[in-house]
Amino acid sequence: MTWFVRNWDQVAVALGQHVVIALTALAIAMAIALPIGIAAARSDRIHAIAIGVSGVLYTIPTLAFLALLIPLVGLGRTNAIIAMVAFSLVVLIRNVATGIRGVAPDVIDAARGMGMDARRILLRIELPLAAPVIVAGIRVAAVTVISVTVVAAYVNAGGLGTLIFNGIASDHAPKIWSGALTACVLAIAVDGSLAWIEHRLSMSRAA
Amino acid sequence: MSVLAEAWRYLAAHPAQFMTALGVHVALSGAALLIAAAIAIPAGIYAAHRPGTAFATINVANVGRTLPSLAVLALVMPLLGTGFAPSLFALSLLALPPIVLNTLAGMRGIDPEVVDAARGMGMTRREILWRIEWPLALPVIFAGLRTAAIQVISGAVLAAFIGGGGLGDFITAGIAMMAVPQLLVGAIPVTLLSLGADFAFGALQRRITPPGLRGA
Repeated sequence: MTWFVRNWDQVAVALGQHVVIALTALAIAMAIALPIGIAAARSDRIHAIAIGVSGVLYTIPTLAFLALLIPLVGLGRTNAIIAMVAFSLVVLIRNVATGIRGVAPDVIDAARGMGMDARRILLRIELPLAAPVIVAGIRVAAVTVISVTVVAAYVNAGGLGTLIFNGIASDHAPKIWSGALTACVLAIAVDGSLAWIEHRLSMSRAA
Repeated sequence: MSVLAEAWRYLAAHPAQFMTALGVHVALSGAALLIAAAIAIPAGIYAAHRPGTAFATINVANVGRTLPSLAVLALVMPLLGTGFAPSLFALSLLALPPIVLNTLAGMRGIDPEVVDAARGMGMTRREILWRIEWPLALPVIFAGLRTAAIQVISGAVLAAFIGGGGLGDFITAGIAMMAVPQLLVGAIPVTLLSLGADFAFGALQRRITPPGLRGA
């Protein structure tokens, strides 16, 4: 505990890196998953292919994936972010598609009757109504990405894993504790906040 | 392609080392899954009919589910040291949440009318559990085991960091020395192991689904 307090600046830097890497990966993953998820909601074929492929990516063990990328992109942050994007796709695509498919056909009919075109129906009706399910997907993806970032320190991506690996290498338990517990607290806090947003969104949809 | 050929040559030159690592990886993952199942399935069944316990269990498991695998392994090390046993302990902990959550979901997802009908036919609580609830919940429980298996195989790679052995040893050594062939000797087999486990659990899950629930 004293190590943690005395070296708080070091922990804060690692935490900052951790958040930046995770957020970058999540943003890229969302930019890819949103159009694919929308397409998958309209077509069973696209749905099967997208979930099949991204499901296989999700199954690859974290460290193996990071290692397999080394011959292609080397060590560093790019490597880590590619792996994280790959791991988050399946849950994001599935939830975008499920959310849109869950919108009642009556609502779509009413919007069409009001003269809305497909684009406006998507932006003003389908995506807002699907928001709680999409946020649920982002929540799972965020937790996954935070977890992968810890491991990614081994391929020199930075973040809280750096403290853990330095601690293991120098057999310095307080450093391990500081890195590992901060990572756990970050994951729990992000999961809790997104759960709260998800709850708020579904409440306002129900009202 | 030449990298793959080099990886193959590395593998051919170290067959005993590879088989030992594969054996440790399978043993570590299998044992962690069995231990977690032996705890989580009975706990889930016990909590299913007790709303207070179920609520608490779900909350604890949800927190457990969010914890990064490597953080849990790293936290175990200062307490229990390095090696196979501390790795097994950490991996068993990591496998608990998906199994307990799915057991609860499976048990609570059963149509209450089915249980009522069974009670009306004069079945005891024991009979209802074993002949009605268990077979109906089993596919969902299996889905939890599948998730846990993938997580444990992935986690067992990280066990290399705390001296747990397994295929992760090739990956960590390969990365440390930037020896790509060696790294692939760990990464490719463990990926196949994970995909194989996912496929096998998926196939089993379909087989144990009662005919009446299939295609639903």
